[in-house]
Amino acid sequence: MDRLKKIEEGFFRVLMFCSTVLIAITLFLIIFSILYKGLPSISWEMISQVPKGGFYFGKEGGILNAIVGSLYLSFGSTFLAAIFGLPLALFMNVHLIRHKKLVNGIRYVLDLLWGVPSIVYGAFGFAIMVYLGIRASLLAGIITVTLFIIPIMVRSIDEVLKPVPRGLLEASLSLGSTRSETSYRVFFKQTLPGIITAVMLSFGRAIGDAASILFTAGYTDYIPTSLHQQTATLPLSIFFQLSSPIPEVQQRAYASALVLIFIILVISILSRLLTRKYQRNQINF
Amino acid sequence: MMENVKIRIKDLNLYFGKQHILKNINVEIPEKKITVIMGPSGCGKTTLMKSLNRLTDLNPDARLSGSIFIDGEDILHTSEDITKIRKMMGLLAQRPYPLPMNIYNNIAYGLRISGRKNKRFLDRRIEHYLRQVNLWDEVKDRLRDPAGALSIGQQQRLCLARGLAVDPEIILADEPTSALDPISSQTIEEKFLELKSNYTIVLVTHILRQAKRIADHVVFMYLGEVVEQGTAREIFENPREDKTKSYLKGLFY
Repeated sequence: MDRLKKIEEGFFRVLMFCSTVLIAITLFLIIFSILYKGLPSISWEMISQVPKGGFYFGKEGGILNAIVGSLYLSFGSTFLAAIFGLPLALFMNVHLIRHKKLVNGIRYVLDLLWGVPSIVYGAFGFAIMVYLGIRASLLAGIITVTLFIIPIMVRSIDEVLKPVPRGLLEASLSLGSTRSETSYRVFFKQTLPGIITAVMLSFGRAIGDAASILFTAGYTDYIPTSLHQQTATLPLSIFFQLSSPIPEVQQRAYASALVLIFIILVISILSRLLTRKYQRNQINF
Repeated sequence: MMENVKIRIKDLNLYFGKQHILKNINVEIPEKKITVIMGPSGCGKTTLMKSLNRLTDLNPDARLSGSIFIDGEDILHTSEDITKIRKMMGLLAQRPYPLPMNIYNNIAYGLRISGRKNKRFLDRRIEHYLRQVNLWDEVKDRLRDPAGALSIGQQQRLCLARGLAVDPEIILADEPTSALDPISSQTIEEKFLELKSNYTIVLVTHILRQAKRIADHVVFMYLGEVVEQGTAREIFENPREDKTKSYLKGLFY
């Protein structure tokens, strides 16, 4: 019996160790290969200029159009998603506390939406654009990506709000506050660090997704100056460059990927710092 | 027989789904006295207390029938705003639930949401209520520190101060000392004895000795029913019901 337990323990230990190492190696390999292939092509020109005439044949120019376009698109859609998503998540956890079944229904629908592939959102956005007679544009892209990340954001915030104890709600209500005051002044404050993480997660999805913007945001070599113009994005820029037969252009695809990863890294470090700042007042229940 | 009745509970029944939790409750709670609701765990005493400020509303499948009159107004069938009714009753829970903000704002919160935002007014009130719960000297130099950094005993006193700050008439306390160390518990009990000259206090407890120390009026509950109620002297010295007698002897908890 004792021996059996020991073997079992040892087996799972080895299994755990192996999977941890595997994950670590995968992550390392991704970063390493992108650094290896992309770093030589990274230059100031690359990140400070829009594509010039022969850019897609390996001549001069850069991907500033895609960098700025991606930032516009992801910040715009994250902002929009937060405006709709945060109130919904709070509403589900404070106002609808009596309606367990309804809330679970909403959760189920959101989970389904989370599982819908982003290309389907792209196709949906495209269908609506055709119906309304709108051309591919920054605005259409932002709206499509917003639809795509709202379920992610709401459910992540929801998961942060769920463990807030009933006692805190009761305490706040007993002081004579309404449910909305409780939402925004108590629940929001208590869960702000988690909410920042949830928003960050959505931002990562927004900036990294290619399929949903393939038809809706278009592509252009210029930096958009209005919401109605098409916009370039980093994922599509990577896609187009990588499908080129010219080695220099392919290398630039990796450099673009490097830029994308760098942006996500910076945003996640910033959100960590913010999180730490707001953790101060959080109560550990 | 009784002085002013503050809260009169009449034929109250409460169900959670199919479970009958409170059975035909008729209780009178005197004004400016400490009324202790006691009984073994699971007898419905916390639920009874929470129905007083309608926190039972938060429960998905709670159904209430009967009436609860506070100052003659039936709060179960009133057109009055529920937030106003709740504000009238300060709540002290089994463990402290400080708000996720600093010490100062924990008390200022209740005042601010009722529209009193003047800085000097707030400063004065906050000092006043912190002194009232003997917390001022301990925290006066760190009012901007998060409330979560206080000890549990301090947090519970902060919660009491926060509740008092919104000017309630009634204090509802649900085993408020069960998470506290003996000294903090004693402070809370002493506070209650001071506060009863101005507030009607309803205390839920399963600590018999605590009940004996501070109760004026006692409601004894068992399995969702009120077995016996009366003045502390009547109940502790001369209980009429057998169940009360055996509970007081410590035969069941």
